[in-house]
Order: sequence, then structure tokens, then C-alpha cells
Amino acid sequence: MSDTIHQMHGAGETGAVQPAIELRGIDKRFGAVHANKSIDLRVEKGTIHGIVGENGAGKSTLMSILYGFYQADGGTIHVDGKLCVIKGSEDAIALGIGMVHQHFMLVETFTVLENVILGVEGGAVLRAGVDRAREELKRLEREYALDVNPDAIVGELSVGAQQRVEILKALYRGAEILILDEPTGVLTPQEADHLFRILETLKEQGKTVVLITHKLREIMAATDNVSVMRQGEMVAHRKTAETSPEEISELMVGRKVLLHIEKGEAAPAAIVLEVDNLCVDTLQGVRKVKNASFTVRAGEIVGIAGVSGNGQSELLEALGGIRPVTEGQVLFNGQDVTPGHGVDAAELRHRGVAHVPEDRHRMAMVTGFSAKEAAILGYEDDPAYQKGIFLNWHAIADATEHMMSEFDVRPNDPNLKAANFSGGNQQKLVLAREMMRDPELLLVGQPTRGVDIGAIEFIHKRIVAMRDAGKAVLLVSVELDEIMSLADRILVMCNGSIIGEVAAADANERVLGLMMAGVAPNEAKSAEGHHV
Amino acid sequence: MNDTVQLPRWIDVGVLPVINLLLALAVSGLVVLAIGESPSEVVEILLYGAFGYEEAWGYTLYYTTNFIFTGLAFAVAFHCGLFNIGAEGQAYVGGLGVILAALYLDFLPFPIMMIVAILAATAFGAAWAYIPAYLQARRGSHVVITTIMFNFIASSLMVYLLVNVLRPQGSMNPESKQIAEHLRLPFIHDMAASLGIEIARSPLNLSFVYALICSVLVWLFIWHTRWGYAIRTVGANAVAATYAGIEPGRYIIMAMMISGALSSFMALNEVMGVQHRLLIDFTAGYGFVGIAVALMGRNHPFGIFLSALLFGMLYQGGAELSFEIPTISNDMVVVIQGLVILFTGAMEHMFRPRVTKIYMAWHLRRHGQEAA
Repeated sequence: MSDTIHQMHGAGETGAVQPAIELRGIDKRFGAVHANKSIDLRVEKGTIHGIVGENGAGKSTLMSILYGFYQADGGTIHVDGKLCVIKGSEDAIALGIGMVHQHFMLVETFTVLENVILGVEGGAVLRAGVDRAREELKRLEREYALDVNPDAIVGELSVGAQQRVEILKALYRGAEILILDEPTGVLTPQEADHLFRILETLKEQGKTVVLITHKLREIMAATDNVSVMRQGEMVAHRKTAETSPEEISELMVGRKVLLHIEKGEAAPAAIVLEVDNLCVDTLQGVRKVKNASFTVRAGEIVGIAGVSGNGQSELLEALGGIRPVTEGQVLFNGQDVTPGHGVDAAELRHRGVAHVPEDRHRMAMVTGFSAKEAAILGYEDDPAYQKGIFLNWHAIADATEHMMSEFDVRPNDPNLKAANFSGGNQQKLVLAREMMRDPELLLVGQPTRGVDIGAIEFIHKRIVAMRDAGKAVLLVSVELDEIMSLADRILVMCNGSIIGEVAAADANERVLGLMMAGVAPNEAKSAEGHHV
Repeated sequence: MNDTVQLPRWIDVGVLPVINLLLALAVSGLVVLAIGESPSEVVEILLYGAFGYEEAWGYTLYYTTNFIFTGLAFAVAFHCGLFNIGAEGQAYVGGLGVILAALYLDFLPFPIMMIVAILAATAFGAAWAYIPAYLQARRGSHVVITTIMFNFIASSLMVYLLVNVLRPQGSMNPESKQIAEHLRLPFIHDMAASLGIEIARSPLNLSFVYALICSVLVWLFIWHTRWGYAIRTVGANAVAATYAGIEPGRYIIMAMMISGALSSFMALNEVMGVQHRLLIDFTAGYGFVGIAVALMGRNHPFGIFLSALLFGMLYQGGAELSFEIPTISNDMVVVIQGLVILFTGAMEHMFRPRVTKIYMAWHLRRHGQEAA
């Protein structure tokens, strides 16, 4: 018995290079949801391995099992050829696995150095540990060109730099395998490029990188191998050089999808929304929107692009009547509807402004409500829904069923709890509620966030149909592809200001990316000229 | 990923509370054993004391009336996301409204008096709840803190009023004058007698019927009106409410005032129905037990009725128990009631994960093929 084990070890050491990670038959259920169905995955040492799939395909669950957050119901994990049981993140770290989460796990008021040594201070007295850490950090930074000042306060760093601190943290803990979960969601294209250069350096130094994403562009640009997941199953493994974005997206969805939406020329008519010198402050007095002025006409889609957190959310909320305006004016069909002066969200709805907010769970619906209750949010005092002083639940259920069949919400059950619908179906229900009122102006934020590809196509078509029906649409999205395929004019926001406007026809990712990083439009265009 | 599994309603509102209740009784049984009495005998006396004979029924339902009012009061505020623990103070001040109306408007005929008393209780109870509500809605002062403080203020205020203002001349007791006979709520046994039905005397009175009516009204209000919808929206997700144009502050004030009014209806039972005068501390902790009643009843009027009945039984059966078995003092009865509150209120979710697991296993075995 002991001989066999010895032999196995011997074979491992002398044979071909062991894969950094090998998962065999990983299985995980959450109640009735089968999140991972017998997953096999092999990640070679010293490569960048992409894992793609739609939201809910099971990518994050799989990585959480690898990092010890969940225990698999079945299957085995081998790290560097050795069978491992990973019971928690400590075990994962001890095995040399590091993880950079989508939402950073940093203490904002601490310095970079303090954040890095958090949990590995090395004794009760900080001093010795800090000095040792400082030396080690310098070495790591030099080696991987991370470009972070160890004494900077984390809260004052840009999002990209904060992410590099996370990478630094993992490396400081001796990570040989680095998992990054949707790392570019919060980055400008330039910051994303910087990240990919760092990943390349990591690879050269012999580290292994696992990149989880749903962006095909990144997979094609950065990875060596790619694994595709769909509905809890691993459907394909490919060498990146031997595949194409079309093939991967087909594997992800299980059918061909239109990545570009068919739409005709816009026919802009009268001005519907006019925003003049609008300023929005938070309750703490931080100015989030700075002197924004723009118009939206009937029959056009105006897109607002920008890295998330640059004031778009606050702008949209102010226009929806949710957030008070500090300065400036909002005109709707020539009438003053500046929020705060007797105008709130309910008043705006009465006048014909529909609003699909960015955050579905926090704002657009009450997840504990049934679908029919969710379908009247904001319209609960509509006379059609009343019977005397009572709500007419029969009429509401009928209206909800109508919305559901019109917007293909599945399952078509007005009594089902909103939380039990998938993200895409929840979003379609919200869109149905807002769009079927035939509003004159539609404010829509991140219409396809967390929505599967099939539903994205449907939602995009409905938004374009709305425009073609002569309605004004203001679209806020952090997905450049979405903005470029839907909008007729694109405004770019950076640090609270609208930095410029580009006609959709002239827009490309580079120009928009530079503007999102704060470069004025004419400079952005000339910078691009240099490049070409 | 959907981590939480939805249990069918009959498990959620039926099986889980019953498991918690049985566990509470089992632990109570151990306590009874520890003091050398037989648990089975205790249960027998408890049940007999609560339901064994006509008079017992009357007392049980009389206690139930108070618990229905305070339970409903807590539930309405809870649907708006508020933890109103000021039912004691609100009921106490509501009692002031009832007694003032009954003493100073004693020329009114009874049917009109009943309406006036309800309105007076509503006005006083709601007004007492309005101040914490306003502070919560407009100044962000937490309603738990302010309602506790308002309980103390109400208590001191009522002592002052009873001693210095309401106490009839020549009396040494800090209590008000008696309400005129024709203005008292009729006892159920008297009402039955006038119909020729003979039932045993008990404090059970007309306010029990009003409690049942209030249960139906609360149910209609919370689930079948747009105001109830708005209150539930604010309670479940205030951000979504603001997005919908439902101003949270407005509904916080509305829910708290309704809650205060419902608590104060307890005074109809106690002041107008049973004591016929305003006594010091007549609220006697019913306001606090109402929290457990509402939580155990899942904040639904029907559930509140059932748990109010349970607590009514514990109160009445417990009184009988301390009478029948001298070693089980009144304090022991409070221990048993406390255990029931602990297991059904505070630890109501203790068995949820396990029950969910068992249910899932059973469900999968039945529907396994289709699910996979």
C-alpha cells in the first residue's frame, strides 16, 4: 500500500509537468439548483486560463469551491498534482491559491502596506512585521511592475490601483495561482490594459492565472486557454489561439446570437428633456454631478458612457426624482420638473417619465413581493388598479399577465415571488412595467446587467422599438458595446462632468475609453490619430 | 445562485411554530421536573385551567383580546420595517382618552359612547405614537429608543394624572372614578343571558368582538389597499419605495399612528370592559407580550389570533396552575411563558435549516426525476 503511494508520488515528480489545478467531477447543489454538474477542469502551470459563461452559469460557484468558500458535494481537487481538501480560504492560501474578488476586500482608511499585512502581521508588535513587509512589497512591485505606493491611503487610490493592491495582497501571501473574478467590470479600457500587462508579467514569472469573465474581448486578448460553462456544466475547453469570439459566444448561449442590433437611422424630433447646468451633491456634500447640460429629443437614444462611479448613477437618480438637485434645472416638454420643488418620482411618472433604475434588487423591485405586487410598484395608485378604497387584485393580476406575455417573462405566473425569477426575467418585468405605460421619456440604467444573452437581445430590441415609436430614451450603461450598439449620440461622463459628446457613428472603443479616463474629446481623437 | 429555498406555506406557518412550541413545552417540562413536580400533571392542569370549563374559556378569551390588539399593533408597524415596542405607553395613554370620554361625556347614550370611546382611544394612542414616528421619519431618531422612552414618560405622566387630577376627592387609591353603569361594555355572559343563553360569568366582553373586527380590518388594510401596499414597500425596501414615489417618512408616520391606535384599543377591554375605571399600570406588560404574539403569528392577523389564543391560554392556565400546585409559584408560570416567547419568538428560525433540509430531501425523492 505504502509502496503504491510512493510510486504515485514518484511518477508525479518525474513525469510530465503537473497541472496547477485539476478538478475532477466537481458537483454542487443549492437546494433544487444544480450549480455545478460534474465539472472537470485542468489549468496548466504558468498559463492564463479563462473561464467564461453567462451569469448564473456556475463560474463563481466553481471558483468559490476552489477557494474554500463552499464544499463540493462530490469530486476531487488536485493542486500541483496532490489531492487536496480545501475547507476554507486559509487552506486555499496555504496551497498557494490567491483570489481577487469582484468587490474588493480592502480597508479604505488603511494604507496599502497596512492592507497587505492584514491578517499576516507576524506578531503582536507591528513594527518588525511592517519593516519586513515593506522590503517584500518593494521587491514584488519591482518584479511585477505593479506601480503602487505602499504608504498611500487605499481609499484615495483609483479603482485600478485598488485592484493592484488586491493582487499585491495575494502575492504577499505567497500565491502561485491567482484567481480573478470579473476583474475589469470597474476599470476603464486603459486600466484594463494595464491589468492584462500585469497578468502577462505574472505568467512570465511562472504564476498561474485563472480569469473569470463574461467579456469575450478579454478572453481573446489575454488568455492562453479558455473553458466555457453553461447552466452549471462545462461545455468546452479550447486553446484561445484556435477559437473565435463567435464560437465561444455560441458555446456560452448554446445558439448563435446577434451581437449587433439591427436599427435604422434615428429621426430626432422635438426636445423632450432639457438638462441645464445640473449639479447633484450627496448628503455628505460631495458633488457627484458637476454642471451637466444636455438635451434628449423625441425619437433618439442618448447614451451616457463612463466607468461606473463617475456620477452617472446620481444623474439618473436625480432625473428620476429620487435624488435632490443642488443646482440647475430640468425641463420636461418645456416645463420645469427640477426634483425637489414639489416634483418627486410619483409626479414625474404622472407626467410620462418612466425610469428603469440601474440596480434592480436595491431599487426597481421588492424581491419579497409577488410578481403582481412588483408589477404595480410606482403605479399603485393608478385608478385601473383600484376598486373603491381597495386594490383590485384581479385587475392587477390580469395586467401583470399581459405584461408578462408581452415581454416574454417566464414563468408566466403573477403570483410567483419576484426573487424566484431569474435576473433576466426580473429585468423584463421591470421594463414591461415601465415601458408599457407608453411614456414620453424613458430613463434606463444598465438595462442588461446580470441578464443572459438571449434576454439582452430582446431588451435591446424593445428599447430601439421605443425610439422608433418617437419616444425619447436616455440610456446609462457601463457596457461600451451596449452604448455603441444602441445610442444615437453618446455623452461621456468622467468624475461628475460630461466630458464630451460623440455621434454614435464616429464612436469607437479607443476614443470613448480615453474620454472615460478624462481626456477631452478633441485630444482623444488626435491621440488616436497618433496611434493609427 | 438561489441559496434560500422557499418552504411551502403550511410548513412555514404551521409545522415550524408547532415544533418551536413543543420544544418550549419540553424545556418547561424539564424545569417542572427540576422542582419535583410531574410535567404531565402540570400540562393537564394548564389545559384544564384554560379550556376545561366555561368560565376558563371566558378568562382565556379575555386575555386573548388584549393580545390580539397589541399583536396587531406590533404587526402593522413591523410591516413598515418599524420595531414599535411602545405599545405599553400607547395603550396607557389610550386609556386616558377612554376614561376622559367616559367620565366627562357621560350624558351620551351607550352606542354613541362606544364610538366616541373608540375615537378617543384612537386619538390618544395615535398621538402618543406620532411623536416617536415623527422623530424617526424626519429626524432619524431610532424608533426603538424613542418608544422605550415614551413608555417611561407615559408611565410617569399617568401616575401624576391619577394621583393629582383623576383621583376622586376623598379616595386614597391612585385610580379614577368609576364609569357610569350604562356606559360600560357589556359582558358576553350578560349579552348571552339577554338572549336566554346561560353561560358562566367572566370578564370577557364586547371588545373581543371588536378585536376580531380589527383583525379583519388590518388584514384588508395591509394586503388590499394601496396604503398597506405602500407601507409594506417601505418596510421591505425603502430605496425602492423612494424610487416608486412613495415617501417613506409619510408611511412611517401612518403605520406608527395606526399601531398606536390599535394598542390603545386594549384600554377598551380593560378600562371600559372590565375594571370600569383607570387603574395604575393597567397595561401590565400586554404591550410587550404583543411583540411575541405578532412574531409568532408571522405578523398576519390570523396567525396573531392563534398565538394570542395560545398566550391567553398560558395566562389563564398559568393562573390556575399556581393556584393548584403551591410549589409552582406565579414566577414559575412566568418562566414557562418566557420559554414559549424565547422559542417561538426569539429563536423562531432555529429549526428552519434542518426542516428545509428534510423537506428538500423529501421533495427531491418525490420530484427528483423532473428536477434533474
